[in-house]
Amino acid sequence: MNETVAEMETRQSPQPVATPPVGHPIGILAELTHRCPLRCPYCSNPLELERRETELDTATWKRVLSEAAALGILHVHLSGGEPTARPDLVELTAHCAAEGLYTNLITSGIGRASGMIDALSEAGLDHVQLSVQGASAETGDRIGGYKGGHAAKLEFARKVTDLGLPLTLNAVIHRGNIHEVEDIIALAVALKARRLEVAHTQYYGWAYVNRAALMPARPDVDRSVALVEEARRSLEGILVIDMVIPDYYARYPKPCSGGWGRRTLNVTPTGRVLPCHAAESIPNLEFWSVRDRALGDIWRSSPAFNAFRGTDWMREPCRSCDRREMDFGGCRCQAMALAGDAAATDPACSLSPFHARVEALATEEAAAVAPDYIYRTIGGAPGKASEGAAS
Amino acid sequence: MRAEETDVPRLPRGVKLKYDQVRARHVLLAPERAFDIDETAAAVLELVDGKRTCAEIVDALAARYDEKREVIADDVKDMIGGLIARRVIET
Repeated sequence: MNETVAEMETRQSPQPVATPPVGHPIGILAELTHRCPLRCPYCSNPLELERRETELDTATWKRVLSEAAALGILHVHLSGGEPTARPDLVELTAHCAAEGLYTNLITSGIGRASGMIDALSEAGLDHVQLSVQGASAETGDRIGGYKGGHAAKLEFARKVTDLGLPLTLNAVIHRGNIHEVEDIIALAVALKARRLEVAHTQYYGWAYVNRAALMPARPDVDRSVALVEEARRSLEGILVIDMVIPDYYARYPKPCSGGWGRRTLNVTPTGRVLPCHAAESIPNLEFWSVRDRALGDIWRSSPAFNAFRGTDWMREPCRSCDRREMDFGGCRCQAMALAGDAAATDPACSLSPFHARVEALATEEAAAVAPDYIYRTIGGAPGKASEGAAS
Repeated sequence: MRAEETDVPRLPRGVKLKYDQVRARHVLLAPERAFDIDETAAAVLELVDGKRTCAEIVDALAARYDEKREVIADDVKDMIGGLIARRVIET
């Protein structure tokens, strides 16, 4: 009977499930705001951050969330920025609950989060994902660029589990904290988290411009992966650990978002609908906005979603590859950043002609002295980074 | 991982069995995961209420379906055990 419970993961998808090119999406990442008290140098938000005055209003978000439910979306990831910076978050959470949507709060645990969590729980919030930047306050506060942040996170985590809400800890792993992976696993257990994400940094947005400061050395990566695999065995039934592989050192690329326009969509604070959070880094894609159109119309018909749907857009070596419907050629944004062509094979793939250069680049950066972080700030984006394997 | 007959399984907060109108089937929603649930699995999960033991769930299904009790028991304990390992069911 076990095989009757087929798993369809909502964000990382290691196993392929055959679905038609335009199926029902299962998850929506609602980026409610780009405002955040933290300044993490690997933030997945774009370099050009949106300001408060351009954010969607409450009524529009409610309409979009209702349209998401009608479209078959199951999970809503309430994210940002720091989503609790929006005073209407409780109202939006209650609206999702009324629509039968599963709500996941993705939070730093800092700022208004602690004061809002009781009301969010009362409104029907289903799950909390809390970021940590390290296992210790010293590491965490330095990486997040916020003094006292780590201690506030621990306090917030206790509030979450005291309310009986399930807690996931998310740790983005890089050169500055990879030596703390074992302690981060122990911290997750001590905080009574049910789940831990050990997410090796993916190099988009702020992480791309900070890559030389973040890239870990191969032996450290191997050690971190081995630690996670061992902990998965020893903590079975206590802690579920999901891992995002550092793909510059990988053999095959990740199936980004489970395939372009196939399972998930992302709505930016101003209402543009993207296949993934980094999709705007690909030039000449036409994105539609929820200000002008219904979500279902955008999902089915927007040029950006149809640009890389299915496998027809692929070239060799993807087109004839046995894995083409497992990893969908990897990540389009990474192909753009590293190969200079969004329709190329993701250079994280060993079959890409750029792969050896990417691996050499990673090894070189990891061996050099780490430069200072360029911290994430609104209006603080550096000049457009052009360095990559293809440059 | 396999559940015991004496275990009393329950769906903890953050795990929900839902009938999905769009796909016309049951889904089990959990943190960052959604499980496709067929009719057989739904029949088991509908009996997971934090009161019944696994043995009582098996008895209820044995009374309903034309199948040997030990066959049903193996299936139920494997399925519930698998979901306990993934922290989707608690005992």
